[in-house]
Amino acid sequence: MNRNSRSFKAVDIIYILMMVVPICFSIVIKVLTKGASDGISITGADIFFVIDMPIQNLPITESQINSWMVMIAVTGLCLFLTHGITSDKTLIRHHIAEWIVEKVSAMTKNNMGAYFSGFAPFVVSIISLSAFSSLLTLFGLYPPTSDINIVGGWAILVFVLITYYKLKCGPVFYVKTMASPLLLTPLNVISEVATPISMAFRHYGNVLSGSVISVLVAAGLQFLSSKLLGFLPGFLNGIPFLQIGIPAILSIYFDVFSGCLQAYIFAMLTMMYISDGFPAEEYGKRKLKNNN
Amino acid sequence: MLDIAIAIILGCCALGAGTAMIAGIGPGIGEGNAVAKACEAIGRQPECKGDVTSTMLMGCAIAETTGLYALVIAILLLFVAPSTFIDILIQYVG
Repeated sequence: MNRNSRSFKAVDIIYILMMVVPICFSIVIKVLTKGASDGISITGADIFFVIDMPIQNLPITESQINSWMVMIAVTGLCLFLTHGITSDKTLIRHHIAEWIVEKVSAMTKNNMGAYFSGFAPFVVSIISLSAFSSLLTLFGLYPPTSDINIVGGWAILVFVLITYYKLKCGPVFYVKTMASPLLLTPLNVISEVATPISMAFRHYGNVLSGSVISVLVAAGLQFLSSKLLGFLPGFLNGIPFLQIGIPAILSIYFDVFSGCLQAYIFAMLTMMYISDGFPAEEYGKRKLKNNN
Repeated sequence: MLDIAIAIILGCCALGAGTAMIAGIGPGIGEGNAVAKACEAIGRQPECKGDVTSTMLMGCAIAETTGLYALVIAILLLFVAPSTFIDILIQYVG
Protein backbone atom coordinates (compact mmCIF):
# COMPACT_ATOMS: atom_id res chain seq x y z
CA MET A 1 0.00 0.00 0.00
CA ASN A 2 1.41 3.36 -0.97
CA ARG A 3 1.24 5.70 2.00
CA ASN A 4 1.77 8.82 -0.04
CA SER A 5 -1.01 8.07 -2.46
CA ARG A 6 -4.01 10.30 -2.57
CA SER A 7 -6.47 7.56 -1.67
CA PHE A 8 -4.58 6.67 1.52
CA LYS A 9 -4.66 10.28 2.66
CA ALA A 10 -8.32 10.59 1.74
CA VAL A 11 -9.20 7.59 3.91
CA ASP A 12 -7.13 9.07 6.74
CA ILE A 13 -9.04 12.32 6.48
CA ILE A 14 -12.33 10.41 6.54
CA TYR A 15 -11.29 8.70 9.78
CA ILE A 16 -10.18 11.97 11.35
CA LEU A 17 -13.50 13.51 10.37
CA MET A 18 -15.20 10.53 11.97
CA MET A 19 -13.49 11.52 15.23
CA VAL A 20 -14.15 15.25 15.02
CA VAL A 21 -17.59 15.52 13.45
CA PRO A 22 -19.56 13.69 16.19
CA ILE A 23 -18.12 15.95 18.89
CA CYS A 24 -18.92 19.04 16.79
CA PHE A 25 -22.41 17.64 16.23
CA SER A 26 -22.95 17.34 20.00
CA ILE A 27 -21.67 20.88 20.53
CA VAL A 28 -24.00 22.21 17.82
CA ILE A 29 -26.96 20.39 19.35
CA LYS A 30 -26.10 21.78 22.76
CA VAL A 31 -25.76 25.33 21.43
CA LEU A 32 -28.99 25.10 19.47
CA THR A 33 -31.09 23.66 22.29
CA LYS A 34 -29.70 25.42 25.33
CA GLY A 35 -28.36 28.84 24.45
CA ALA A 36 -26.33 30.98 26.78
CA SER A 37 -27.32 31.48 30.39
CA ASP A 38 -25.66 33.38 33.21
CA GLY A 39 -27.26 31.70 36.18
CA ILE A 40 -26.17 28.43 37.63
CA SER A 41 -28.21 25.41 36.79
CA ILE A 42 -27.58 21.90 38.01
CA THR A 43 -29.86 19.84 35.85
CA GLY A 44 -29.94 16.33 34.54
CA ALA A 45 -29.70 15.45 30.88
CA ASP A 46 -32.10 17.22 28.56
CA ILE A 47 -34.79 15.10 26.92
CA PHE A 48 -34.83 15.88 23.21
CA PHE A 49 -37.81 13.79 22.15
CA VAL A 50 -39.77 10.76 23.28
CA ILE A 51 -40.39 7.67 21.18
CA ASP A 52 -43.69 5.92 21.84
CA MET A 53 -43.19 2.35 22.91
CA PRO A 54 -45.77 -0.26 23.93
CA ILE A 55 -44.65 -0.80 27.54
CA GLN A 56 -42.78 2.36 28.42
CA ASN A 57 -42.05 5.45 26.37
CA LEU A 58 -38.41 5.76 25.36
CA PRO A 59 -36.97 9.22 25.95
CA ILE A 60 -33.96 10.18 23.82
CA THR A 61 -31.75 12.26 26.09
CA GLU A 62 -28.60 14.31 25.79
CA SER A 63 -26.56 11.60 27.49
CA GLN A 64 -27.68 8.97 24.99
CA ILE A 65 -26.80 11.19 22.03
CA ASN A 66 -23.44 12.08 23.58
CA SER A 67 -22.54 8.48 24.36
CA TRP A 68 -23.37 7.44 20.79
CA MET A 69 -21.19 10.28 19.53
CA VAL A 70 -18.36 9.05 21.77
CA MET A 71 -18.81 5.56 20.39
CA ILE A 72 -18.54 6.82 16.81
CA ALA A 73 -15.50 8.90 17.71
CA VAL A 74 -13.76 5.97 19.41
CA THR A 75 -14.49 3.78 16.41
CA GLY A 76 -12.95 6.43 14.19
CA LEU A 77 -9.91 6.60 16.45
CA CYS A 78 -9.45 2.82 16.29
CA LEU A 79 -9.78 2.79 12.51
CA PHE A 80 -7.33 5.69 12.22
CA LEU A 81 -4.77 4.02 14.49
CA THR A 82 -4.86 0.74 12.62
CA HIS A 83 -5.11 2.14 9.09
CA GLY A 84 -2.25 1.14 6.87
CA ILE A 85 0.00 -0.45 9.48
CA THR A 86 2.42 -3.05 8.19
CA SER A 87 5.16 -5.09 9.78
CA ASP A 88 7.77 -2.35 9.23
CA LYS A 89 7.15 0.10 12.05
CA THR A 90 7.45 3.38 10.21
CA LEU A 91 4.17 4.97 11.21
CA ILE A 92 3.82 6.62 14.63
CA ARG A 93 0.25 5.40 14.97
CA HIS A 94 1.53 1.85 14.68
CA HIS A 95 3.52 2.33 17.87
CA ILE A 96 0.55 3.90 19.67
CA ALA A 97 -1.80 1.09 18.65
CA GLU A 98 0.73 -1.56 19.62
CA TRP A 99 1.34 0.11 22.99
CA ILE A 100 -2.38 0.13 23.77
CA VAL A 101 -2.82 -3.51 22.79
CA GLU A 102 0.24 -4.65 24.73
CA LYS A 103 -0.62 -2.73 27.87
CA VAL A 104 -4.21 -3.92 27.96
CA SER A 105 -3.38 -7.56 27.28
CA ALA A 106 -0.71 -7.49 29.98
CA MET A 107 -3.15 -5.88 32.43
CA THR A 108 -5.88 -8.39 31.64
CA LYS A 109 -3.50 -11.31 31.97
CA ASN A 110 -2.10 -10.05 35.29
CA ASN A 111 -5.47 -9.41 36.85
CA MET A 112 -7.62 -12.18 35.41
CA GLY A 113 -5.26 -15.00 34.53
CA ALA A 114 -4.58 -16.74 31.25
CA TYR A 115 -8.08 -18.23 30.95
CA PHE A 116 -9.59 -14.76 30.55
CA SER A 117 -6.98 -13.30 28.19
CA GLY A 118 -9.68 -12.94 25.55
CA PHE A 119 -11.28 -10.25 27.69
CA ALA A 120 -8.76 -7.57 26.68
CA PRO A 121 -10.94 -6.00 23.94
CA PHE A 122 -13.91 -5.80 26.30
CA VAL A 123 -11.80 -4.19 29.01
CA VAL A 124 -10.24 -1.63 26.71
CA SER A 125 -13.61 -0.74 25.23
CA ILE A 126 -14.98 -0.09 28.71
CA ILE A 127 -11.95 2.03 29.61
CA SER A 128 -12.02 4.06 26.41
CA LEU A 129 -15.78 4.61 26.43
CA SER A 130 -15.79 5.68 30.06
CA ALA A 131 -12.70 7.88 29.84
CA PHE A 132 -13.76 9.67 26.66
CA SER A 133 -17.29 10.13 28.00
CA SER A 134 -15.92 11.79 31.12
CA LEU A 135 -13.51 13.89 29.07
CA LEU A 136 -16.45 15.34 27.09
CA THR A 137 -16.74 17.93 29.88
CA LEU A 138 -13.61 19.55 28.43
CA PHE A 139 -15.75 20.58 25.45
CA GLY A 140 -18.46 21.87 27.75
CA LEU A 141 -20.75 18.98 26.91
CA TYR A 142 -22.85 16.93 29.29
CA PRO A 143 -20.79 13.85 30.26
CA PRO A 144 -22.85 10.67 29.74
CA THR A 145 -21.12 9.07 32.74
CA SER A 146 -22.86 11.49 35.09
CA ASP A 147 -26.16 9.90 34.09
CA ILE A 148 -27.03 6.86 36.18
CA ASN A 149 -28.86 5.22 33.26
CA ILE A 150 -25.75 4.97 31.09
CA VAL A 151 -23.43 3.74 33.82
CA GLY A 152 -26.14 1.46 35.18
CA GLY A 153 -26.39 -0.13 31.74
CA TRP A 154 -22.67 -0.91 31.77
CA ALA A 155 -22.94 -2.27 35.30
CA ILE A 156 -25.82 -4.55 34.30
CA LEU A 157 -23.71 -5.79 31.38
CA VAL A 158 -20.89 -6.59 33.79
CA PHE A 159 -23.35 -8.26 36.18
CA VAL A 160 -24.59 -10.53 33.37
CA LEU A 161 -20.99 -11.50 32.61
CA ILE A 162 -20.24 -12.20 36.29
CA THR A 163 -23.32 -14.40 36.62
CA TYR A 164 -22.51 -16.19 33.37
CA TYR A 165 -19.06 -17.12 34.62
CA LYS A 166 -20.44 -18.10 38.02
CA LEU A 167 -22.88 -20.42 36.28
CA LYS A 168 -20.09 -22.12 34.34
CA CYS A 169 -20.17 -25.10 36.73
CA GLY A 170 -23.91 -25.49 36.47
CA PRO A 171 -26.78 -23.95 38.43
CA VAL A 172 -26.54 -26.52 41.26
CA PHE A 173 -23.00 -25.50 42.11
CA TYR A 174 -24.01 -21.83 41.91
CA VAL A 175 -26.79 -22.32 44.44
CA LYS A 176 -24.43 -24.31 46.64
CA THR A 177 -21.86 -21.50 46.72
CA MET A 178 -24.57 -18.98 47.46
CA ALA A 179 -25.86 -21.03 50.40
CA SER A 180 -22.55 -22.35 51.67
CA PRO A 181 -23.16 -21.27 55.27
CA LEU A 182 -26.92 -21.59 55.22
CA LEU A 183 -27.48 -18.68 57.58
CA LEU A 184 -25.59 -16.27 55.35
CA THR A 185 -27.71 -16.92 52.25
CA PRO A 186 -29.66 -13.63 52.41
CA LEU A 187 -26.43 -11.70 52.85
CA ASN A 188 -24.90 -13.47 49.85
CA VAL A 189 -27.93 -12.63 47.73
CA ILE A 190 -27.80 -8.99 48.84
CA SER A 191 -24.09 -8.70 48.09
CA GLU A 192 -24.71 -10.27 44.70
CA VAL A 193 -27.34 -7.67 43.85
CA ALA A 194 -25.28 -4.86 45.39
CA THR A 195 -22.36 -5.42 43.01
CA PRO A 196 -23.79 -3.69 39.92
CA ILE A 197 -25.51 -1.03 42.03
CA SER A 198 -22.31 -0.08 43.82
CA MET A 199 -20.33 -0.11 40.56
CA ALA A 200 -22.83 2.19 38.87
CA PHE A 201 -23.13 4.50 41.87
CA ARG A 202 -19.37 4.76 42.28
CA HIS A 203 -18.72 5.87 38.74
CA TYR A 204 -21.77 8.12 38.45
CA GLY A 205 -21.33 9.66 41.92
CA ASN A 206 -17.72 10.60 41.30
CA VAL A 207 -18.36 12.28 37.96
CA LEU A 208 -21.58 13.98 39.08
CA SER A 209 -20.07 15.29 42.33
CA GLY A 210 -17.18 16.74 40.34
CA SER A 211 -19.48 18.60 37.97
CA VAL A 212 -21.70 19.84 40.83
CA ILE A 213 -18.69 21.17 42.74
CA SER A 214 -17.33 22.82 39.58
CA VAL A 215 -20.65 24.59 38.96
CA LEU A 216 -20.90 25.72 42.59
CA VAL A 217 -17.33 27.07 42.60
CA ALA A 218 -17.86 28.90 39.30
CA ALA A 219 -21.07 30.47 40.59
CA GLY A 220 -19.43 31.46 43.87
CA LEU A 221 -16.51 33.08 42.07
CA GLN A 222 -18.91 35.00 39.85
CA PHE A 223 -20.74 36.32 42.90
CA LEU A 224 -17.49 37.14 44.67
CA SER A 225 -16.03 39.04 41.74
CA SER A 226 -19.23 41.03 41.28
CA LYS A 227 -19.00 42.06 44.95
CA LEU A 228 -15.24 42.65 45.20
CA LEU A 229 -14.55 44.16 41.78
CA GLY A 230 -17.77 46.16 41.49
CA PHE A 231 -15.87 49.44 41.82
CA LEU A 232 -14.21 49.04 38.41
CA PRO A 233 -15.39 51.61 35.88
CA GLY A 234 -17.45 51.00 32.77
CA PHE A 235 -17.84 47.61 31.24
CA LEU A 236 -14.98 46.20 33.33
CA ASN A 237 -17.17 45.52 36.35
CA GLY A 238 -19.35 43.24 34.28
CA ILE A 239 -16.48 40.82 33.69
CA PRO A 240 -16.01 38.16 36.40
CA PHE A 241 -12.21 38.31 36.62
CA LEU A 242 -11.98 35.83 39.49
CA GLN A 243 -13.54 33.18 37.28
CA ILE A 244 -10.44 33.17 35.07
CA GLY A 245 -8.17 30.25 35.81
CA ILE A 246 -9.43 28.94 39.14
CA PRO A 247 -12.20 26.71 37.71
CA ALA A 248 -9.66 25.32 35.25
CA ILE A 249 -7.51 23.96 38.07
CA LEU A 250 -10.55 22.24 39.55
CA SER A 251 -11.39 20.93 36.10
CA ILE A 252 -7.96 19.30 35.79
CA TYR A 253 -8.69 17.28 38.92
CA PHE A 254 -12.39 16.58 38.54
CA ASP A 255 -12.64 16.11 34.80
CA VAL A 256 -9.27 14.81 33.63
CA PHE A 257 -7.81 12.98 36.64
CA SER A 258 -11.01 11.76 38.26
CA GLY A 259 -12.59 10.78 34.95
CA CYS A 260 -9.61 8.70 33.86
CA LEU A 261 -9.23 7.20 37.34
CA GLN A 262 -12.86 6.16 37.44
CA ALA A 263 -12.54 4.54 34.01
CA TYR A 264 -9.53 2.58 35.27
CA ILE A 265 -11.31 1.60 38.48
CA PHE A 266 -14.45 0.50 36.67
CA ALA A 267 -12.39 -1.70 34.36
CA MET A 268 -10.33 -3.08 37.25
CA LEU A 269 -13.46 -3.93 39.24
CA THR A 270 -14.98 -5.58 36.17
CA MET A 271 -11.91 -7.76 35.76
CA MET A 272 -11.74 -8.61 39.46
CA TYR A 273 -15.40 -9.47 39.86
CA ILE A 274 -15.45 -11.64 36.75
CA SER A 275 -12.29 -13.55 37.60
CA ASP A 276 -13.22 -13.88 41.30
CA GLY A 277 -16.69 -15.13 40.51
CA PHE A 278 -15.40 -17.84 38.21
CA PRO A 279 -14.94 -21.09 40.22
CA ALA A 280 -11.64 -22.04 38.56
CA GLU A 281 -10.80 -25.07 40.71
CA GLU A 282 -14.16 -26.73 40.38
CA TYR A 283 -14.23 -25.99 36.65
CA GLY A 284 -10.80 -27.57 36.18
CA LYS A 285 -11.84 -30.66 38.15
CA ARG A 286 -14.99 -31.11 36.09
CA LYS A 287 -13.11 -30.66 32.87
CA LEU A 288 -10.58 -33.34 33.89
CA LYS A 289 -13.42 -35.69 34.84
CA ASN A 290 -15.14 -35.14 31.51
CA ASN A 291 -11.95 -35.77 29.60
CA ASN A 292 -11.36 -39.02 31.46
CA MET B 1 -51.01 27.36 54.74
CA LEU B 2 -49.79 25.65 51.58
CA ASP B 3 -46.76 27.90 51.27
CA ILE B 4 -45.69 27.07 54.82
CA ALA B 5 -46.02 23.37 54.05
CA ILE B 6 -43.91 23.76 50.90
CA ALA B 7 -41.33 25.74 52.84
CA ILE B 8 -41.14 22.99 55.46
CA ILE B 9 -40.68 20.36 52.72
CA LEU B 10 -37.89 22.32 51.04
CA GLY B 11 -36.12 23.06 54.30
CA CYS B 12 -36.33 19.49 55.54
CA CYS B 13 -35.03 18.16 52.23
CA ALA B 14 -32.01 20.45 52.49
CA LEU B 15 -31.48 19.47 56.12
CA GLY B 16 -31.71 15.80 55.23
CA ALA B 17 -29.21 16.21 52.42
CA GLY B 18 -26.78 17.95 54.74
CA THR B 19 -27.22 15.33 57.41
CA ALA B 20 -26.74 12.50 54.94
CA MET B 21 -23.33 13.83 54.01
CA ILE B 22 -22.09 13.20 57.57
CA ALA B 23 -21.35 9.79 56.08
CA GLY B 24 -18.43 11.48 54.31
CA ILE B 25 -16.43 11.21 57.54
CA GLY B 26 -16.14 7.43 57.26
CA PRO B 27 -14.56 7.20 53.80
CA GLY B 28 -12.27 10.10 54.73
CA ILE B 29 -10.84 8.24 57.70
CA GLY B 30 -10.70 4.97 55.78
CA GLU B 31 -8.93 6.39 52.76
CA GLY B 32 -6.52 8.24 54.99
CA ASN B 33 -5.63 4.98 56.71
CA ALA B 34 -5.24 3.23 53.37
CA VAL B 35 -2.92 5.90 51.97
CA ALA B 36 -0.88 6.01 55.17
CA LYS B 37 -0.32 2.27 55.08
CA ALA B 38 0.53 2.44 51.37
CA CYS B 39 3.13 5.13 52.09
CA GLU B 40 4.63 2.93 54.80
CA ALA B 41 4.74 -0.02 52.44
CA ILE B 42 6.42 2.03 49.71
CA GLY B 43 8.92 3.34 52.25
CA ARG B 44 9.75 -0.20 53.28
CA GLN B 45 9.85 -1.63 49.76
CA PRO B 46 10.29 1.11 47.17
CA GLU B 47 10.64 -1.42 44.35
CA CYS B 48 6.95 -2.42 44.47
CA LYS B 49 5.65 1.13 44.21
CA GLY B 50 3.51 0.47 41.14
CA ASP B 51 1.70 -2.51 42.60
CA VAL B 52 1.09 -0.77 45.92
CA THR B 53 -0.22 2.34 44.20
CA SER B 54 -2.70 0.49 42.00
CA THR B 55 -3.91 -1.63 44.93
CA MET B 56 -4.27 1.50 47.04
CA LEU B 57 -6.33 3.23 44.34
CA MET B 58 -8.60 0.18 44.15
CA GLY B 59 -9.00 0.10 47.91
CA CYS B 60 -9.74 3.81 48.02
CA ALA B 61 -12.38 3.36 45.35
CA ILE B 62 -14.05 0.62 47.35
CA ALA B 63 -13.81 2.55 50.62
CA GLU B 64 -15.42 5.51 48.87
CA THR B 65 -18.59 3.56 48.13
CA THR B 66 -20.40 4.33 51.38
CA GLY B 67 -19.70 8.01 50.97
CA LEU B 68 -21.02 7.88 47.44
CA TYR B 69 -24.22 6.21 48.58
CA ALA B 70 -24.71 9.14 50.93
CA LEU B 71 -23.90 11.54 48.11
CA VAL B 72 -26.46 9.94 45.82
CA ILE B 73 -29.09 10.16 48.57
CA ALA B 74 -28.18 13.80 49.20
CA ILE B 75 -28.46 14.61 45.50
CA LEU B 76 -31.81 12.84 45.29
CA LEU B 77 -33.01 14.82 48.31
CA LEU B 78 -31.85 18.10 46.80
CA PHE B 79 -32.94 17.76 43.20
CA VAL B 80 -35.57 15.04 42.95
CA ALA B 81 -37.39 14.74 46.27
CA PRO B 82 -38.80 18.30 46.70
CA SER B 83 -40.80 18.29 43.48
CA THR B 84 -42.12 14.77 44.16
CA PHE B 85 -43.13 15.63 47.72
CA ILE B 86 -44.76 18.87 46.65
CA ASP B 87 -46.69 17.01 43.96
CA ILE B 88 -47.92 14.53 46.58
CA LEU B 89 -48.87 17.39 48.91
CA ILE B 90 -50.82 19.25 46.25
CA GLN B 91 -52.56 16.04 45.28
CA TYR B 92 -53.76 15.60 48.86
CA VAL B 93 -54.67 19.22 49.51
CA GLY B 94 -56.34 19.55 46.16
